[in-house]
Amino acid sequence: MQFVLLIVAVVVVVWIIGAYNGLIALKNQTVNAWKQIDVQLKRRHDLIPNLVNTVKGSMEFEKETLDAVVSARSRAMQGGGGVKETAAAEGALSGALGKLFVVMENYPDLKSSQNVRDLQEELSSTENKIAFARQLYNDVATKYNTKQMQFPTNLVAGMAKATRAELWEIEDAAERAVPQVDLSLGKKPPAA
Amino acid sequence: MTEALNLFEQQARNRRQTAAWLVLFILFFAWIGFGGDAVLYFGSVDEAGAAHYTVPFIGLGATLVAALIAWTSYKGGAKRVLWSAGARELTAPGTHEEKQLLNVVEEMAIAAGLPMPKVYVVEDPDPNAFATGTGPETACIAVTSGLLTTLNREELQGVIGHEMSHVRNLDVRLMTLIAALAGAIVLLSDGLGRIFRGGGGRMIGGRGGGRGKGGAGAIALVILVLWVITLILAPIIVRLMAMAVSRNREYLADATGAELTRNPLALAGALQKIESAAAPTTSIKRGTAHLCVADPLGRRVNLKEGFLANVFGTHPPMAVRIARLKGMGFQQAKAAGGLPSA
Repeated sequence: MQFVLLIVAVVVVVWIIGAYNGLIALKNQTVNAWKQIDVQLKRRHDLIPNLVNTVKGSMEFEKETLDAVVSARSRAMQGGGGVKETAAAEGALSGALGKLFVVMENYPDLKSSQNVRDLQEELSSTENKIAFARQLYNDVATKYNTKQMQFPTNLVAGMAKATRAELWEIEDAAERAVPQVDLSLGKKPPAA
Repeated sequence: MTEALNLFEQQARNRRQTAAWLVLFILFFAWIGFGGDAVLYFGSVDEAGAAHYTVPFIGLGATLVAALIAWTSYKGGAKRVLWSAGARELTAPGTHEEKQLLNVVEEMAIAAGLPMPKVYVVEDPDPNAFATGTGPETACIAVTSGLLTTLNREELQGVIGHEMSHVRNLDVRLMTLIAALAGAIVLLSDGLGRIFRGGGGRMIGGRGGGRGKGGAGAIALVILVLWVITLILAPIIVRLMAMAVSRNREYLADATGAELTRNPLALAGALQKIESAAAPTTSIKRGTAHLCVADPLGRRVNLKEGFLANVFGTHPPMAVRIARLKGMGFQQAKAAGGLPSA
């Protein structure tokens, strides 16, 4: 009888260790995935001034679009806040950048410049990396959240100090909105 | 959750099969070696029933050599594959396309949550790509220059996503190992075959058959026949097994790749372009064909479904792969709620 109890106790302890370690591993993966996003966001913040300075000269009539990018960047760079705030600020920046790219299509000189082409590739790749890092983060965070809520893993969730990871949801209107494109040919008069 | 389980199962399966291949390879060499010893042993039995050949030198030697080959194949197989394709590592990208390639690979590495693999370019106008290495940390992805000029950014992403799935599933480890081991087996069988056609046959026939009395001689003959049959069949069997391993994993890599990019239609488009280019990729040799995203030899057998294709193709039929990817794209559009009104 005692022998049976001993076996049961050993099984329970082994299970607790496994579940605990599993949760910790998932937690670290979630933190790691978030760091990946952070790296890419920083990279985008660093790239934007280059792009703005390069196109400024040829795009003086699109001051509004450029200003929107610059101010969205500085707002995003202030940082702080949680996942939701970061997501909103960065989403706005993505929207402003997307708009700039669309407007840039109207300037063939710009598009043919090697420098601008490289910058644009760098920035759209960074956009992609952000999107993929977000995808990975959301996948890992969902797995982590599910695990700590599921029975019986939830019994050790408190011990592992597991808390729900917030997902990065795309809620921002600016990112979803289709940029308005002015298809009228030629440059607008400076008065406008 | 199921996809995570699938990934885990997939990795476990590949680890198991890698180990099985290593063991089988060493066993094969051991059989070739000890089988040869046995023939000599029974062949050297004299009238009094005493054998003159007692220490199995060949068997011990062959087993040792096999272990050595297996070890170096595991460690250096990727390098050999890249070298045989004439791939150069892309460290300082010159052109816009090369910069884009590096970016796309990094994007897919992020999506898969893996370290950035090394990127190689093979100068060949035919579009193709392959991945090699022993695991995510040592993975290499190689593409032909033709792939860079043929595909647009999204399609390139689809192909790289496919290759990244091979890396993540540990397919690369198994398939690189197979490439190296199959090469060694073919070499061994060719070499021994040449010796036989030369003086070897005379020696066995003259001395073994003449002196061996009764049972011992018969046993020697049976072992000899079995031995020769394995030598002849081994390269063929190995090649068939390599093909089967590859074929099964292509559909899966297509699906996982599409999961990484969330864009199955881009890979479908890429496969279509690769197929219509259809010229053989001359820089990729037969031994590494099973590593590629599309059969580099342009064999017709890969185009059809059916028994022949199932046995001899390294890749599933292109049309079926494309159809499956399009099906995934359709499901995705349906899930998003916005079906194109076409």
